[in-house]
Amino acid sequence: MTPIHKKRVMMGFASMTLLFGIVLGIILWGGFNWSLAMTNTEKFCISCHEMKDNVYQELQETVHFTNRTGVRATCPDCHVPKEWIYKVKRKIQASAELYHKMLGTIDTKEKFEDYRLTMALSEWKRMKANDSRECRNCHNYVSMDLEKQQSRGADQHDPHVWDAMDGKDPTQTCIDCHKGIAHHLPKGWEEAAKKAGL
Amino acid sequence: MKKVILATVAGAVMMIQAPLAMSEEVASLRGDNNLDVEAQMFEKKKQVQVQGGIKRSWDLQPPSIPHDIEKDRVSLQENTCMRCHNKENHEKEKAPEIGETHYKDRDGKTLTKLSSRRYFCRQCHTPQADAPALVENTF
Repeated sequence: MTPIHKKRVMMGFASMTLLFGIVLGIILWGGFNWSLAMTNTEKFCISCHEMKDNVYQELQETVHFTNRTGVRATCPDCHVPKEWIYKVKRKIQASAELYHKMLGTIDTKEKFEDYRLTMALSEWKRMKANDSRECRNCHNYVSMDLEKQQSRGADQHDPHVWDAMDGKDPTQTCIDCHKGIAHHLPKGWEEAAKKAGL
Repeated sequence: MKKVILATVAGAVMMIQAPLAMSEEVASLRGDNNLDVEAQMFEKKKQVQVQGGIKRSWDLQPPSIPHDIEKDRVSLQENTCMRCHNKENHEKEKAPEIGETHYKDRDGKTLTKLSSRRYFCRQCHTPQADAPALVENTF
């Protein structure tokens, strides 16, 4: 084997490896993103009866499902962050939900009601900690027309709207007041939320 | 004999007429439509919001609800009316607190929370629509 020949073989090998790597990368990364997108649909969420029979039914009564103009929020719009890093973090946490699905922790209506407070508290905690990030994907203080709100709501939003206009940090976040707007409230939620500082 | 015939005829006439007369008096709310004809739809009305509340029509009338309650839910688990109308929040929410009687149980004892006999708000309190009365009312 001449040195030039050897070099050519080496080059061929290297380029094959590179090509293989690229193709594998596309398949794996694409597959990863595809599975993220697939599991981020309402259809996927309500493929479990726990979600379909309980929370999904409750959602349908609310303004986030039915309203004048037909704009609509789906499960992941509120429960899965849009930004990549937070989304992946939430998806990893969701493996606990798979575990409990296998255990059947909430597989009957009664079990679901027993567990509802725990689940609600953890979701409220998450929303409070991230300043209701998922609400703010659609709702924005600066875009609120207080004139069009009912007087009570307008009064309560007013100071926060001005804070937002001035670029100040919010003193309260959406979930502080707007609990139970898309799902039913658990029994004894008020005391429990107060205790947890929510 | 004549009398008997007369009485029979009169009775027969009465028997035919009586139900006819009655059916004229008792008209159903859906009108004179046949069952296979769809009744005319009522115009849909939104629940109204009235600033400062709705005046009572008589002394002990349970106050009408001066806002819409479409989003409110009352169930075994939750009573969203009480988010604002309870002792703790009513001032902040500028909502009237539930009446004193609502804290009393059946033995007349005063409770710290809404009594379970008063739990179902809409048994007495109703939202209002700005619509003409369906049935004339002289009360």
